[in-house]
Parts: sequence; C-alpha cells; structure tokens
Amino acid sequence: MTEEKNISTEFPGEVHPTAGGGILISKLDEVINWARANSLWPLVFGTSCCAIEMMSTAAAKYDWSRFGFEVARATPRQADVIIIAGTIVNKMAPVLKRLYDQMADPKYVIAMGACATSGGPFFYNTYSVVKGADHVIPVDVYIAGCPPRPEALLHALITLQEKIKSGATREQIKTVINFSVNKTENYK
Amino acid sequence: MNNEELKIKLTEFIPSATFEEAGEWLTFFIDSPNWKTVAQQLRTTEDFNFDFLFCLTCVDWKTHFTMVYHLTSTKYRHTIVLKSKLDRNDPEIETVSDIWRTAEFHEREAYDLFGVKFLHHPDLRRLFMTDDWKGWPLRKDYEDPINMIKL
Repeated sequence: MTEEKNISTEFPGEVHPTAGGGILISKLDEVINWARANSLWPLVFGTSCCAIEMMSTAAAKYDWSRFGFEVARATPRQADVIIIAGTIVNKMAPVLKRLYDQMADPKYVIAMGACATSGGPFFYNTYSVVKGADHVIPVDVYIAGCPPRPEALLHALITLQEKIKSGATREQIKTVINFSVNKTENYK
Repeated sequence: MNNEELKIKLTEFIPSATFEEAGEWLTFFIDSPNWKTVAQQLRTTEDFNFDFLFCLTCVDWKTHFTMVYHLTSTKYRHTIVLKSKLDRNDPEIETVSDIWRTAEFHEREAYDLFGVKFLHHPDLRRLFMTDDWKGWPLRKDYEDPINMIKL
C-alpha cells in the first residue's frame, strides 16, 4: 500500500493491480510534464558573483544533479532553463534576449539574486544596469539574496519543477493564487 | 628598496614631491606638468626600474580630479603610488602610453568615464561606452534621466 502511494506522488498515474503485474493509467500530458521537470538542462550563463554560487550549487557539495539539473549546456539550442546569475547591464541585455530567443521551447527562466530581480544594489544612481532582467525576458522564478546561497537556488529549481509539474504554461500561471492552487493539487 | 630608502632617493630626483602618510605603499603628489619627465626617470633609472604600471585611475573629488598611478618593479619588487591633481574644468595630463604600453587602454578608460584628456595619446577614443555617448558617466555630477534613478 505504501509502495503504491509513493508511485502516485512521484509519478503522475495510478497502478491498477491485475493478475501477473499491473496496469498503469495516466495522462500523456502529465507524463510529459513529469519528464520535463526532472530533466532540466541549464544554460551556462553567469554575469557576476551569483555565478560563483551557481557553480558551487553544481559542484560536489550541493550537487544539483540530484534533482535533475545534470548537464549544463554551453549552447542555448540544447538548454531548457536559463539561470540569470548576475547583473544585467544595458550592453548585455540584447545578448541575453538573443540567447533566450535561441533556446528551444519549452524554456524557463530563473532570476537569481537581487541584480537579476530588480537591479539590486545598482538600482539607484547607475547609468548602466538594467533594473531587473524581466525588462528583457519573462521570468518564472525569482530568488532573493545577494548572492543567494546554494540552498536558495536549489529551492528555486525545485519550485520551477513544481510549476512545470502543475501542468500550466507561464501564460496560464499569471497569478500566485492560481499557482498555489495547482501546487496543492499536485500534493494531494 | 624599502619605503624609507625610496623616499630619500625620490626626494633627490623630484624635490617638489609632497609625501602622503598612507598605508602600505609610499604615496606622493607631483605637479601634473612634471609628470612626463618624472615618469621617464622612474622607468629608466636603474635604482628604481619601475617597469610595471599596474593601476591607473582617476578620482572625482568634486572640487578637482586626482590621477592615481601605481607603479612596481618586477626586478626589485618595490611599489609606489603617484598622485597628481587636475583641474576639474579642463582635466589634462601627458600620456605615458609610450613608456608603459598598458597605459594606452587604461588612459582610454579614464578618458571614457571621467573625460580626462591625455595629451599625445595615440588613439584616445571611448572604450566601454558607445562612440556617440554624451558625457562622462563616473563624474559625480553626471546626469542621465533615462537610465538613472537618482537618490
């Protein structure tokens, strides 16, 4: 019984026991979302100190491949998620936009740290910094911190996974309320 | 040479230098018109042998600019800091890019962000900012109503 429960929380579907094995009943959309969420390939992209924390998250001590972010890709064509790890300046903004455009759908964006969220310490009296990466590309998950600890980045990545597993596209998840409804359904 | 020996030796060469009590490195002010000859001496005099200009920057004090040059010798491992005050309305100083090649880009950077004019520089263009950029962004009185949120 407990075994069945484990299957139903991790894998979207139900096992109907029959003689000589069992039948798995599920929805294809949900299986696809489940697969997508558990195999997110991040793009190698870092513009300042947040990238150091990101590298630390990828390295042995925190090891984000435990959660399915195994392979960091050096090309946007093969990446699923871009982690904006650092300050985006006016000169970098068109490059970021181009990288995002070159990524294949479905694609996701995480704004890591204060700079990527709002310009952070460079919000006032700066001529060169974009006040939040969401002025350039749409963002799925924001992380607070300057820079955020690896645990915070892992939490953001797991939040993104929940978002994907909930099945809605970014356009459908406009409000936090909708998202939390989906989230609780996912955890019933 | 240690700082005391450097100080004695430098006073012989540049009597007009005024020393500043600062941290680790020997720091002194010189008059900006003398800078080129002083630089030449520091580079060529065997006892000094300052062959590495490892930092060149400008500071905006609102009343004036200060050019700051960090020099070191890879042979003797001694380091000095040179400062020179510039007129804020017309900041001008001779280039040292022919003495230390690295100064070519450093001076372009100081020109780009502070508007310091380096006389006889071979290629004084903007470095980071676009060629048509107006103004000098690291000056304290710089205004940019489009990109800048004032506090």
